[in-house]
Amino acid sequence: MLPARFDYVAASSVEEAIAAKAEGGDEARILAGGQSLLPMMKLRFATPSKLVDINRIAGLDDVRSHNGHLHVGALVRHADIAASGAVSGAVASAAPWIADPLVRNLGTMCGSVAHCDPEGDWNSVLLATGAEVVAQGPSGRRTIDIGDFVQDFFTNSLADDEMVTALHLPVPSGRSGGSYQKLERKVGDYATVGVAAHLELAADGTISAAGVAMTSVAPINRKATGAEALLVGNAPSAELFAEAGEAAAAEADPRDDVRGSARWKRRVVAAFTQRALAAAAEQAQA
Amino acid sequence: MEITININGTDHTADVEPRRLLVDHIRTGAGLTGTHIGCDTTSCGVCTVLVDGTPVKSCTMLAVQADGREVTTVEGLKSADGLHPVQQAFSDEHGLQCGFCTPAMMLVGAALIDENPAPSDDEVRWAISGNLCRCTGYMNIVKAIQAAAAAAASSNGDS
Repeated sequence: MLPARFDYVAASSVEEAIAAKAEGGDEARILAGGQSLLPMMKLRFATPSKLVDINRIAGLDDVRSHNGHLHVGALVRHADIAASGAVSGAVASAAPWIADPLVRNLGTMCGSVAHCDPEGDWNSVLLATGAEVVAQGPSGRRTIDIGDFVQDFFTNSLADDEMVTALHLPVPSGRSGGSYQKLERKVGDYATVGVAAHLELAADGTISAAGVAMTSVAPINRKATGAEALLVGNAPSAELFAEAGEAAAAEADPRDDVRGSARWKRRVVAAFTQRALAAAAEQAQA
Repeated sequence: MEITININGTDHTADVEPRRLLVDHIRTGAGLTGTHIGCDTTSCGVCTVLVDGTPVKSCTMLAVQADGREVTTVEGLKSADGLHPVQQAFSDEHGLQCGFCTPAMMLVGAALIDENPAPSDDEVRWAISGNLCRCTGYMNIVKAIQAAAAAAASSNGDS
């Protein structure tokens, strides 16, 4: 299958990429890993008039500590994250389960985040752990909280003349842990259900911060705020996690589809939330 | 747009449309039909080639993105010394049935062995988890990749 015709620009700097994207307006797309964009173009679900290839821009492929957070550049591939010793918690847990090994070799974390596919895993992980998206446009750089960045079904909050240059992942200083639980029919299929959990513990062992977010069970990656509220201030326990699981299940809005019934997916959300929280607590207490 | 891709050690220069996929360029442009097209939707992995040594799906990469890079297809596995250990092992261990997924499986196997000279059963299965075999001949594919790793290690004198 051939994509529809488009103009192709191989940018050699971020500034050049932004200028080329601005010129193309809302019909221009950034090409990073292309593992979601190119399949959509081949199926003609997406017909951008211009592709701005950023793969030849130097300096976008690093994972490094910076000002108390982890900086992940726009060309860091899923496989780089999976192999990186710098990530932990839910991010490290999710990385090996993104798509399949071949897709992980090309697909980028920033690209997946920007794509805002509700069946994508990373935005749940980032909603649970907290993160900032670094966007650059002609007038400079701004950081956007992941909760504000993910707007809707395949919709982010970037302006037409902006591109994502990096993610800033938090590096919790105290005791913390996280996990991503994913059910897929086969490797490479979209998640039937995914749940990301992140916990931080206070000195007395109670939960000081909690993040829970869900994949493929709503029109958008959704934070389970009710479950989060139940957790904060309490001591980790199986009973508490079961209660949080029920709260998350109630906040999910799954659909009946080829991967299963909505009713069953809600039960998976409850079970996976419990499991993810238990794994997060175990890590935080270690 | 004019691009030059080094395919299996030989530079191929061609004028291509930006929308041309790498797999089409390899098969139609360079005439190397060992790289197959299966699902054409980034699911099956039979179009796998190595780009600068890394296995990727050539149906999900534009030819222009490979400009200036080194691509290895199944035709590039064989050397002057004969078959690549992975090719020999697929033959010895009956690692193929219909053969359609075989070029991709061998390339993924070769890339794995480069990184991990003695992969476990699980590590092989993990590495090929993006590649489908519709004959479901996975048992012998795993055996073949492990046999190739052992053969490569002993010929390198470190077994």
